[in-house]
Amino acid sequence: MSTGALRAALDRPVDFSPGRAFTWALARDLRIAVRTKGELGVQLLFYVIVVSLFPLATAPERTLLAMLGPGVLWVAALLASLLSLPRLFAGDHADGTLEQLALSPYPLPALVSGKIAAHWLTTGLPVAVLAPLLAAQYALEDLPRLTLAAALLLGTPVLSLLGAVGAALTLGVRGGGSLLALLVLPLCVPVLIFGAGAVEAVRAGLPASPHLSLLAACLLVAAVGTPFAAAAAIRIALD
Amino acid sequence: MSEFLAMGGYAWYVWMAYGAVAVVVVAETLAVRVRLRAARTAARRTDPAAAPPAARFERENPA
Amino acid sequence: MNWFRYASPASFYPLAGRIARASAAAAVILAVAGLAIGLVVAPTDATQGEAYRIIFIHVPASWMAMFVYFVMAVWSALALGFNTRLSAMMAQALAPTGALMAFLALWTGAFWGRPTWGTYWAWDARMTSTLILLFLYLGVIALRHAVADPRRADRACALLSLVGAVNLPIIYFSVRWWNTLHQGASVSLSSAPKMATVMLTGMLVMTFAAWAYCIAVSLTRVRAIILEREAAAGWVREVATA
Repeated sequence: MSTGALRAALDRPVDFSPGRAFTWALARDLRIAVRTKGELGVQLLFYVIVVSLFPLATAPERTLLAMLGPGVLWVAALLASLLSLPRLFAGDHADGTLEQLALSPYPLPALVSGKIAAHWLTTGLPVAVLAPLLAAQYALEDLPRLTLAAALLLGTPVLSLLGAVGAALTLGVRGGGSLLALLVLPLCVPVLIFGAGAVEAVRAGLPASPHLSLLAACLLVAAVGTPFAAAAAIRIALD
Repeated sequence: MSEFLAMGGYAWYVWMAYGAVAVVVVAETLAVRVRLRAARTAARRTDPAAAPPAARFERENPA
Repeated sequence: MNWFRYASPASFYPLAGRIARASAAAAVILAVAGLAIGLVVAPTDATQGEAYRIIFIHVPASWMAMFVYFVMAVWSALALGFNTRLSAMMAQALAPTGALMAFLALWTGAFWGRPTWGTYWAWDARMTSTLILLFLYLGVIALRHAVADPRRADRACALLSLVGAVNLPIIYFSVRWWNTLHQGASVSLSSAPKMATVMLTGMLVMTFAAWAYCIAVSLTRVRAIILEREAAAGWVREVATA
């Protein structure tokens, strides 16, 4: 490289933008997830099993299942996302990458958002796609199933976002998984209410738009606020 | 007096409620006082040699 | 007067003791007066009979459960903003008291609900929100016990309390929404019977009694926490042997 070109390269301002941080973290986490394929399958299998357990525990009666359906599918989605949350930061924390990310000039909230997005793409999105198919076990009609998919698409990112804050708070803590559940579940109640409520509204012949709008609002608020809270929690855990 | 305790037939509900409050108040008060007393005793038994250097210096060299 | 000198655990410790003793005395006096009004003076309610007397402990417990969480969130914000140990210790001291208040609100609410509305647990908006509030308290307490380093625990619990505080209005709104969709009519523990002035006075006096009690208990607890956590400091040994 000529001196001129080298000098030009050194003088070029480096772009430490949030956008680059986000896409870098997202791509990295997706690459890692693809390489450790086993975990994805286990979560989905867990979801299928939990959803299948409820009729076995109650009764395979159509009207009962139709009433339970939306709630069960939502609670199972919640539990499935909780299952994978401890691993969100634990791997990076164990090998020191998390500390490097915190020290880097890239904004930590942006890096955290990228990781959360990757988490959603590998857990929430598959559940949102799978749920309408499983809804057949609960005798749900076509329109409620479509609404369920839409509601899950809006709601599962919020679960990932809120869960990230819990995962960051319980980093490296003994018994972290159950503590994480205790911390995150109460915060997810609004998503549960609006999400399951949307499906029930459609089954009753009412529009689901108020529920879905509220879910979208929750998603916006969570997307804006939680990365900063999670980044703060990571810095607290690293000190 | 027995009329008061009977609470117009609702004795079970009223006294279970008030009773729980009494139990919690007494238990919490006692627990907190026991904790304070234990902390005071533990502080008394703190080995002066184990204190951080600055505190030890001041203790051994009173101004 | 420089109030900031009380940000030091050493100077706050004796002050907390004085306030706690005064509060405890006030709590006893107010409680005796309140119980006298509530159990003896106030007349029997026309619709609910003697069972309504539970509101004299249910309403104060509910208000204190929410108010203590708010105060805990304020101390948490101060702890994160100014990085002060004592603010975090105050938040640590308030959590168990708040949790017990939430528990009492639920318990007394259940025993009020059974005779009046036929069921121990009616999934109404306020009781369900109080239940979630109890979960939030238990989460903060659990996190405190789980994290080994006290300063890390301080900051983590402070952050968690603030996240919970921001979420509480959203949770309350969503639970009310859910409740109106499913209950339709009547069952609402938030619609108290039409209150005579005597009943309102009794409730107010009991609320102040509960407030004084919470202050006394949490300040005494913070004194214990200060001694436990500042054990290495010189003044602690002197105060303990005094």
